[in-house]
Amino acid sequence: MDFPLELLINAIIAGVLLGGFYIAVTVGISISFGMLDIVNIAHPAFIILGSYLAYIVNSTFGLDPVLVGLLMLPVFYALGAAVYQIYYVSFEKRGQEALRGLAFFFGILFITEVGLILVFGVDYRYVDAPYIGPTLRFAFVDLPYRMLIPCVLSLLMLVVLQAFLSHTYIGRAIKAVSQDQGALALMAANPVAIKRIAFGISIATAALAGAFLVIIQPVEPSVGREYIGRVFAICVLGGLGSLPGTVIAAMLLGVVESITATFYGPSWAPAVAFGFLLLTLAFRPAGILGR
Amino acid sequence: MQSRTFILVTIAVAAAVFAVAQLVSNNYLFFAGYTVLQFVVLATAWNILGGYCGYVNFGSAAFFAVGAYSSVFLHKAYPLPVPALILVAGFIAGIVGFGMGYLTLRLRGSFFAIATLALAVVLQTLVTNWDFVGGSRGAYVIRPNTLDVFGYQIPYIEYLFLQMLVLATIAIATARTIERSRLGYGFATIRDDELAAEAAGVPTLRLKLIATTLSGALMGMAGAPFPYYLGFLQPQSAFALEYAVNSIAMPMIGGTGSWIGPLIGAVLLGTIQQVATVTISSAVNVLIVGVLLVAFVIIAPNGIVGFVQNLMRKGRP
Repeated sequence: MDFPLELLINAIIAGVLLGGFYIAVTVGISISFGMLDIVNIAHPAFIILGSYLAYIVNSTFGLDPVLVGLLMLPVFYALGAAVYQIYYVSFEKRGQEALRGLAFFFGILFITEVGLILVFGVDYRYVDAPYIGPTLRFAFVDLPYRMLIPCVLSLLMLVVLQAFLSHTYIGRAIKAVSQDQGALALMAANPVAIKRIAFGISIATAALAGAFLVIIQPVEPSVGREYIGRVFAICVLGGLGSLPGTVIAAMLLGVVESITATFYGPSWAPAVAFGFLLLTLAFRPAGILGR
Repeated sequence: MQSRTFILVTIAVAAAVFAVAQLVSNNYLFFAGYTVLQFVVLATAWNILGGYCGYVNFGSAAFFAVGAYSSVFLHKAYPLPVPALILVAGFIAGIVGFGMGYLTLRLRGSFFAIATLALAVVLQTLVTNWDFVGGSRGAYVIRPNTLDVFGYQIPYIEYLFLQMLVLATIAIATARTIERSRLGYGFATIRDDELAAEAAGVPTLRLKLIATTLSGALMGMAGAPFPYYLGFLQPQSAFALEYAVNSIAMPMIGGTGSWIGPLIGAVLLGTIQQVATVTISSAVNVLIVGVLLVAFVIIAPNGIVGFVQNLMRKGRP
C-alpha cells in the first residue's frame, strides 16, 4: 500500500480549519489567563452557553447563528464584567484568588453544565444555516463551509482584537495592566476598571466562539469539558497573552489533532491536546512566543 | 491532645460507627455509608495538598480512577485480596502524583491546577483505548456475595464498608499527624508565602512532592475497592467529574485549615447527596454541590469551621 498522500493533505487542511476555530475558543483565555492572570477555567462553559443561545434563537426565529453571536456580544460583555466584579470583591481584594478563586470558577463551570443538563437534557443540539452541508472542492481537497466560515471569522476576530489592543487607549491600558498593575495605578488609571473591561471582552468572545462551535458540531452540555484542556494547552503553548502565539499554537494543535484522528482514530484526539500541555509545561513553560 | 491519644480516639469512634451500623442491620446503610466514607478519604487527601499547601488539584477523579483501574487490572491478571489491592493502588497512584508534581510544581501554582485537569483527560483516553481493562465498554468485576471469616458468613458490602472505614481512619490520623509535625509547618509556610519560605531555607519543592505523593496515594486507595463495590467499572463512572468537584467542595465547605473541616464537609455533603439522590434526582444533587461551593467560597471563605470559630470569638466579652 502506498502512502495515502491525498488523505494526509486533506487531514492537514482540515486541521488548519479546525485550528482557526480554536483561535476563537482560546482568544478569551489568552486575555483572561494570559494577560490578567485570572485562571478562568469556566471559559468553555460560557462558550457552551453561547452555543445554546445560538441554538435557541436559531430554532425559534431562524436567525443565523453567527448573527446571534454578534447580537450576544454586549450581553456576554456585561456578564463577564459582572463575574469579574464578584471575583474581584470576593477573592482578588482579599488575596485569595489562588485557592478560592479557582474553586469559584470550577463551581461556575459545574453549575452552568448541570443547569444546561437540567433544562435541555443531554441530547445533542444543532443549528440550521445555508452553509452547513455544502462543501467547496478543489481537485481532491475538501473545504466544508461549516469549517471554513468559522475559521475565517475567527481569524477576523483575532485581527480586530489585536488592532484594538495595539492601537486604542483602552487596549493599551489592558496590555499595561498585564505588565505592571502597580505602575498603571501610579499613572492614575484604575487597574480594576481596566481589568473589568478586559474580562468582559474575554467573555464576549465566548458568545461568538459558541456560535462557531454549534455550527461546526452538534453540542451537548458536557462538550465544554473537552475544551478546557485545549484552550489552556493552546494558551500556554502560544506563550501567555501573546495573540500571534495563540494563532500558531491553535493551528499546530488543530493539525496534530486532525492527523491523529485520521490515522489513529478519533478516540485518541482528546489526549493530544493534553499531551501537548503536559509536555509544554514540563519543557518550555514560556511557550513558543513567550516573553 | 497527644497524637497517640488522638489515633486511639479516632479508632474508637470508627469502631462505634461500625457497631451502630451493625445494629441497624440494613444493607442500604452500608451502601450509602461506603460512599460517604469514600468521600471522607478523598476530601482529606485533597486537603493535604489543597488546604495545607494551597495547591489546587482538579484531578482527584484521575487519581481515584488510577486506583479503581489498577484493581480491575489485577483482578484480571493476578487476583489479590482487597486490602492488598488497596496497597498496590496507593503505590501506583502515589507514583502518578509524584510524576505529576515533578513535572509541574516548579512552575506557578495555577499551572499545576491546569495540568491536573489535563491529567484526568489523558488518563481517561488511555483507559478508554485499553482493551485489557475493558476499554470504553467497561469491565465486570464479579465479587462474592458473602465472605467467609472463621466460619461466619459476612455480607461482602460490610467487608468493603469496614475497609473504607479503616482507610478513612488512617487518612484522618495522617492528616492530623501532619498538621502537628515539622512537615505541617513546612506546608503552612508554602501556603502563606512560598517565596519567603524558599528564601528562609524551606525545601519547598521536596515538601510539595511529599504532599502530592501522599495525597495521590490516598485518593488511589479510596478508588481501589470501587470496582468491587459497583461490580462493574467503565471509564465515565471512574473519571466522573463528581469526584473532582466533591473532593474540592467538601474541604472548602467544611474548612481547609485542619483535619476536621474535610471530615465535616464530607459527612454533611455526602449525606445530603445520598438523600437527594434517593428523593430528588442525581443531576440535582450535583447542582447542589456546585451552588454550595460557590456560595461558601464567596460568603464563608473559611468554611463551617471558620464560621463557628468566628461566632465563638464574637461571643466572648
